[in-house]
Amino acid sequence: MSVKDHAGDYYIPDPSPWPIIGMVSLLLTLIGAALALNGVAIGQFAVIVGLLLFFYLLYGWFRDVIQENLSDRYNKQVDTSFRLGMFWFIASEVFFFLSFFGALFYIRNIALPWLGGDGYLGATQEILYTGFEPAWPSSGPGELGGEFQPMGPWGIPAINTLLLLSSGVTITWAHWGLKLDNQKHLVWGLIATIALGLLFVGFQAYEYGHAYSELNLTLESGAYGSTFYMLTGFHGFHVTMGAVMLMAILGRSMKSHFSSHKHFAFEAVAWYWHFVDVVWLGLFIFVYWL
Amino acid sequence: MSTTTLTHDEAHDHGAPKGWRRWLFSTNHKDIGTLYLLFALIMLFVGGASAMLIRMELFQPGIQLLDPDLYNNLVTNHALIMIFGAVMPAAAGLANWMIPMMIGAPDMALPRMNNLSFWILPAAATMLLLSFVVPFFPGGGTQINTGWTIYPPLSVQVGMSMDFLIFAIHLLGISSVLASINIIVTLLNMRAPGMKMLKMPMFCWTWLVTAFLLILVVPVLAGGVTMLLFDRHFGTSFFDAAGGGDPVLFQHLFWFFGHPEVYILLLPSIGVLSHVIPAFSRKPLFGYNSMVGAMIAVATIGMVVWAHHQYTIGMSLGAVTYFMIGTILISIPVGLMIFNFIATMWRGAMTFETPMLFAVGIVLMFTFGGLSGVMLAVVPADMQYHDSMFVVAHFHYVLMPGAVFGLFAGVFYWLPKWTGHMYDEKLGKLFFWTNVIGFNITFFPQHFLGLAGMPRRIVDYNVMFTEFNVISSVGAMVFGLSHLLLLYIVIKTIRGGKKAESRAWEGAKGLEWELDSPPAFHTWTVAPQIK
Ligand code: HEM
Ligand SMILES: [Cu+2]
Repeated sequence: MSVKDHAGDYYIPDPSPWPIIGMVSLLLTLIGAALALNGVAIGQFAVIVGLLLFFYLLYGWFRDVIQENLSDRYNKQVDTSFRLGMFWFIASEVFFFLSFFGALFYIRNIALPWLGGDGYLGATQEILYTGFEPAWPSSGPGELGGEFQPMGPWGIPAINTLLLLSSGVTITWAHWGLKLDNQKHLVWGLIATIALGLLFVGFQAYEYGHAYSELNLTLESGAYGSTFYMLTGFHGFHVTMGAVMLMAILGRSMKSHFSSHKHFAFEAVAWYWHFVDVVWLGLFIFVYWL
Repeated sequence: MSTTTLTHDEAHDHGAPKGWRRWLFSTNHKDIGTLYLLFALIMLFVGGASAMLIRMELFQPGIQLLDPDLYNNLVTNHALIMIFGAVMPAAAGLANWMIPMMIGAPDMALPRMNNLSFWILPAAATMLLLSFVVPFFPGGGTQINTGWTIYPPLSVQVGMSMDFLIFAIHLLGISSVLASINIIVTLLNMRAPGMKMLKMPMFCWTWLVTAFLLILVVPVLAGGVTMLLFDRHFGTSFFDAAGGGDPVLFQHLFWFFGHPEVYILLLPSIGVLSHVIPAFSRKPLFGYNSMVGAMIAVATIGMVVWAHHQYTIGMSLGAVTYFMIGTILISIPVGLMIFNFIATMWRGAMTFETPMLFAVGIVLMFTFGGLSGVMLAVVPADMQYHDSMFVVAHFHYVLMPGAVFGLFAGVFYWLPKWTGHMYDEKLGKLFFWTNVIGFNITFFPQHFLGLAGMPRRIVDYNVMFTEFNVISSVGAMVFGLSHLLLLYIVIKTIRGGKKAESRAWEGAKGLEWELDSPPAFHTWTVAPQIK
């Protein structure tokens, strides 16, 4: 085993200011958020400054990475590191969503039957909520938020399912174009994907408006309202992020940053997009349909 | 930017960058490891200070120093700071320092992200500190009197300090997930050619499993506290029975994270032991493969037994029985690890330097904590023990030896490698004995207190519990003060001492001991060949 101290192949970046900037921006944003939530006005400014700093950080950090990549500093092993990293990042996101799906499952199958007097400890029902008949959708024995109508699956949600599924197809089509080194094919595939994604977000926003103004379905509508908005809201947020990532990729495709054999960034975004897609299928089935 | 990246290759060869930039902007696994360890040391003292206050208050029945909410806030902070601020960062520090050197890699796989996962920690610590400070200001709301488990509905009613705490937990979560991704990627992708997975040093294996656990359970905690935040501010009713939710749901989410978390705290130390015990027994680790298998079993079963923390909530008989059997099953692989350690020592040429003293202490005392765990796992018994000081005694017996002593063992074992100096063996042994004796005086009596019915997380207690509490508090002072000795030893070793050889311990095996002590700023820039 010989050790010679000269630079190996694996790229170790130079000292970088971005992590520290990340820390400052997160700290500002969250202190601001905690204050703002409790009505301390200055908090909002801290949030805005923090978020601006955060976007600057994302821009700068990725700019560095792209530059390093373009100057061919990343070998195969670095590429594998990025791939594995992205994969496990998505895995952690899956578990984040799982906590909300878990909450939905628990409320529907355990909490509500308990409140209805099920199980060997029916005391809650007897003492607090006599006569409560659990049925889903429910805003609980207290009927919090007033009477509401649930969101059915076959209107906008079905359209949105089609939109997202076809965006999954268009991004694969774009990937195909990339593999053929056909830039036009790639760019149009991405544009179609972004358009479908934005359309999805638009419909989602419209649906929320509809729910608030006509169905009286709000965040306050008990367990149904809570799980509905939490799950669809976080998903919508992820679609938006995904769309922003797609736009970045589109910009880079137009600058011909990718080639048929080297395009990890494209694949990372595609994985993310498929992940968001699959989560939506879960939402469609468990939140809207069943 | 491009100009700096172009000079990269020269910067590489010229060792460490100078000045404050070296630490703030670091992309070097050794420096980041040092930062992690220093942060953990500071937090150890902050968390320790809150523990000293708690034990001073409990020295006598009645309310002496702290009003009840402040007391409970200290209990909350003590737990969170020790778990998230001291133990996990220290384990991550060891990982950063050792993993690349052990597997023959030039650095962690994603060096910039590595620095990000460290620097989020001070931000989280700031948020935690703010959650403690804010109630002292006008309009700052009430103190966090919930304990580290932050169960609703109480945690929904606490003032704005709870929001600081929730965000602190988010930050801690981001930091751990990023660090875990980095460790997984490093271990999967950066091993020197020829180092098969089943040839990896045991410490690497333990961290691989730990990192998987973190990636799977930390996001669930993040989701749980996010729901809490929404219940507090946006009118949702996840944890409100009137709206069809259930406070118990939060307990499930919390313990789905919380139980695997105890293995997250334990496993890195098991990894350290798997190096220390062979080195000072001068024998290879007994049963390497079975150790890996046992660990994977512990982690897997550990994911599905969380509700043993909630026996008293009124689950169905079937659920309770399942969680009981699952919990007790875990003792089998845990026991196997312990027997492997004993078999490694068996007929070895043992010597008892400080790391080995800690290792032997762990084998004895951790086993003891495991046994009280089995008592707690038995449902009808736990109906009595739950939320009593017995639980406090149990988890300190598993966590202090199982996690903290393991980290101490690692620090003493590798200090010569990091600093290039041998620590003062006499002082090391003195530290071990004061520490271990102090620990046992503090926590052993708490078993009796719990069995006799003293509840945990209450500022006052019945006069009949006085004697054992006095003993416990006196022990706590010894225990607490002994850590000043640790601080002294570490500082002394950094500043000088007998020169350490590359292989600082004659029985030590592994790639890290092929490198100089202290190692060059960049090591294994050319990967070694493993036969
Ligand atoms: C054979 C192994 C173990 C068994 C059977 C076991 C069982 C239990 C049970 C049933 C409880 C809940 C007691 C109650 O609240 O009524 C508990 C609490 C606890 N255990 Fe263990 N345990 C084991 C090992 C460990 C290990 C290895 C650790 C950490 C390294 C650990 C850390 C804890 C902690 C921190 C708590 C208390 C959490 C709290 O309520 O704040 N345990 N254990
Ligand atoms: Cu547990």
